[in-house]
Amino acid sequence: MKNISLIKEYSKGVWKNNPVFIQVLGMCPTLAVTVSAINGIAMALATTFVLLFSSIIISSIRKIIPAQVRIAAYILIIATFVTIVDLVMKAQFPELSKALGPYIPLIVVNCLILGRQEAFSSKNGVLRSALDALGMGTGFLIALFSLGGIREILGNRTILGLQIMPDFFEPWLIMILPAGAFLTLGLLMAYLNSLAIKTKKKEKALLVSKFIIAKNKFKIEAEI
Amino acid sequence: MELILIFFSAAIVNNFVLSYFLGICPFIGVSNKISSAFSMGLATTFVMVITSIVTWLIYHMILLPYHLEFLQYVSFILVIASLVQFVEMFIKKVSQPLYRALGIFLPLITTNCAILGLALFIVLREYTFVEGIFYGLGAGIGFTLAITIMAGIREELDLADVPEPFKGAPITLIVAGILAMAFMGFSGLIT
Repeated sequence: MKNISLIKEYSKGVWKNNPVFIQVLGMCPTLAVTVSAINGIAMALATTFVLLFSSIIISSIRKIIPAQVRIAAYILIIATFVTIVDLVMKAQFPELSKALGPYIPLIVVNCLILGRQEAFSSKNGVLRSALDALGMGTGFLIALFSLGGIREILGNRTILGLQIMPDFFEPWLIMILPAGAFLTLGLLMAYLNSLAIKTKKKEKALLVSKFIIAKNKFKIEAEI
Repeated sequence: MELILIFFSAAIVNNFVLSYFLGICPFIGVSNKISSAFSMGLATTFVMVITSIVTWLIYHMILLPYHLEFLQYVSFILVIASLVQFVEMFIKKVSQPLYRALGIFLPLITTNCAILGLALFIVLREYTFVEGIFYGLGAGIGFTLAITIMAGIREELDLADVPEPFKGAPITLIVAGILAMAFMGFSGLIT
C-alpha cells in the first residue's frame, strides 16, 4: 500500500498535475528558452536539479525554519543551488550556458520551485519530497521538450540538430520568434484541454449507460 | 540621446514581457481588469527603478571590489525581497491613498522575474549608473503598457464566445502571441 502511494507521489507531477500544462507555473523559462529542443532539455534538467536538492534540504530542516521567515529561507537555499548550476554550466557547457543566458539565474524566481517548497516540502518527509520534486521535474521536461521540439521542427526543420523536414518545406520564421512561443503553448494547452473534456464526456456517457442498464435489469427482475 | 535610445529600446522594441518573457505570471494573473493592471504596472515600475539603483550600487560598490561576483544571485534576490518590504512600509506611512492603490500588489512583485531579470541585464550589459536608471524606467513603462493593453483586450474577451477548450490560459496565451506579433512591428525602429 505504501509503495503504491510513493509511486503516485512521483507520477502525479508527470501528467495529472503537470506544472506547465495544468498548473501554469514556471512560464517565463518555458516560453523563453524553447527555441530548440536541446535548450528545453537543458533548462528542464537545470531546474530539476535545483528543485530536487532544495526539496531535500528544505524537507530535512523544515522543523527548524521559523514560519515567519520561511520564504526568505527557501529563496536563499534555492539561490545557492542556482549559483552552483550556473557555475557548473559555465565551466562544462559554455555554449549552452550562453544560449540560455540570464534564464539560468532566473530559476531563482521560478514560481514552480518556490511553489513546491511551500506546498509540499515544508509539510512532507525527505523521500516523499524528493520523489515529488523528481516527478515535477519530469513533467517540466516533457512540457519543455514537446514545446521546444514543435518549435524547432516547424521553425528550423530540425530536431536536436538533425534535419527531419524536407528541403522544400519553408521554415516558419514566426515559430522561433517570441510570438511563436505564445501561440504554440496556447494551442498545445487548448488541445490538451479538449482531450480532457472528451474523456470526461466519455466517462459521463459510460456512467449514464451503466445506470440505464442497471435500471432496466431492475425493472425486468421486478416484472418477473 | 543614448539615454533616450536605452529607454525606448527597453519600453517598446525589446519589451520585457513580449520579447523576453519576463513577468509572465502577473501578466497572465493580474490582467483581468484595466484598473488593477495599471496599478500593478505602476507598482512594478516604481520597484524597478529603485531596484536598478540599489543593485547597481551593491554590485559596483561591494561585490566587484571584494571579488564576490558569485554571490550575485543570492544578494540580489535578498535585496529585492527586503526592498519591496521597505517600499511597502514607506508608502503606507507617507501616502495612504497610494498605499490603497498599490498595497496588495507590492508583495507579489518579489516573485516577479522581471525585477531580478532587470538587475541581471544591467550587470550583463555593463550599463553605467544613469543608463541603468533609464533602463529600469523603460522596462517598467513597457511592462505597464503591455499589461494594460492585455487587460483591455481581456475585458472585451469576457463578452466573446470562446470555444470551451480555449477558455482560461490558452486564449490568454494566444492573445499575447498576437500582441507580440504587433510589437514585432517596432523592431528595426532602433538598431
